[in-house]
Amino acid sequence: MSIFEYNGSALVAMVGKNCFAIASDRRLGVQLQTIATDFQRISKIHEKLYIGLAGLATDAQTLYQRLVFRHKLYQLREERDMKPETFANLVSAILYEKRFGPYFCQPVIAGLGDNDEPFICTMDSIGAKELAKDFVVGGTASESLYGACESMYKPDMEAEELFETISQALLASVDRDCLSGWGGHVFVVTPTEVIERTLKGRMD
Amino acid sequence: MMIDMSGLESAPSLLGVNDELSGGFLRAPSFELPSTIDFDGFQKEAKQTLKHAKGTTTLAFIFKEGVMVAADSRASMGGYISSQSVKKIIEINPYMLGTMAGGAADCQFWHRNLGIKCRLHELANKRRISVAGASKLLANILYSYRGMGLSVGTMIAGWDETGPGLYYVDSEGGRLKGTRFSVGSGSPYAYGVLDNGYRYDMSIEEGAELARRAIYHATFRDGASGGVASVYYVGPNGWKKLFGDDVGELHYKYYPVVQGTVEQEMIEVSGA
Repeated sequence: MSIFEYNGSALVAMVGKNCFAIASDRRLGVQLQTIATDFQRISKIHEKLYIGLAGLATDAQTLYQRLVFRHKLYQLREERDMKPETFANLVSAILYEKRFGPYFCQPVIAGLGDNDEPFICTMDSIGAKELAKDFVVGGTASESLYGACESMYKPDMEAEELFETISQALLASVDRDCLSGWGGHVFVVTPTEVIERTLKGRMD
Repeated sequence: MMIDMSGLESAPSLLGVNDELSGGFLRAPSFELPSTIDFDGFQKEAKQTLKHAKGTTTLAFIFKEGVMVAADSRASMGGYISSQSVKKIIEINPYMLGTMAGGAADCQFWHRNLGIKCRLHELANKRRISVAGASKLLANILYSYRGMGLSVGTMIAGWDETGPGLYYVDSEGGRLKGTRFSVGSGSPYAYGVLDNGYRYDMSIEEGAELARRAIYHATFRDGASGGVASVYYVGPNGWKKLFGDDVGELHYKYYPVVQGTVEQEMIEVSGA
């Protein structure tokens, strides 16, 4: 079994009209054994920038701490928040530093840039960026997520519809994956507010 | 090349060697062997590629009123859930049930085969086969295929002339008589609930609830178990299906979501 599948995870981000949504499952397991069902995979970098880290939980937490540290240094020096594009470059660079002994994580980055332009992207564990205009997925349920997103996604959705779509896509996908699920966690970010909700899901 | 299974026959065939007449039923089934030099290596490789339905929770226990049998319904291939509606409790005849853990095809085939043998026994002897006899029939067949890659972990539960019967049989050749078994990847979790709540003098309702709860807790902790928790009861008048509950709903029945206080103010502790 791959080390990326050791803890199990499901991550997805979608773009809407002047907004974006990012969602994850809540399971932390050790292979098939479920340890916790309130695990946080998505973290806030600042008000309009979120990162989800799929893959090995220990590396996800370490990587998150390093990213927060670097972002704080940036804030002190520049006296402003990072643009999502800049942050993606930072993540990519930090990942490539460990080219021959990588963090076993697949990041999903979502944020609102200048003029509230939504930005989403994903990377592999050594920092190869993959930008998308519609949606990005990651984790052990990624194959199911591609299918669900491909059929449910529409461009230019408003915040509430986007929430419904990403939630349905996530819940449908994790029901076909042994290693992820046990509830969901969704953030919908608009220029004016952040909607954060936890989802009830199948607990098996 | 064929494996010679003639030694498996429990009684010499009445019809002699005429295969046409017996329709192949009296002979133990035999299969063609692959033409390979490294037989063990081939089996090992083949086993990995066609593994299906690994990851299961099944349980059965004897109590005052009879035998309770329960199972989940998930089939998985690696991390992928290939089905949420598998029948893991196989109805051998109206008085006997088998459970399925391990390879789906192996379990299905050999339970059907066992069903045929039990019916034939019934016709020849004018009475139903005992649970001990049926489980031994299966165990002997599985033993004859030992080391060839079969993957079966089953419980044979039923009611015969001696009362309730429960046997555990596996593809390694093991056959155990007992009053409480659980088989599959979720079995440690199921045993936890089962051992804690088991009493011999339970009522049918209590027994069914215990079985269902044990399956539910196993599906919660074990990633490879899930779907529907089915519970069967076997008594003097044969088996009856008692529950077939979707675990997705069962969780919120056992643990309703309590609306937490959204905003909690920090209150200073008085005194101190």
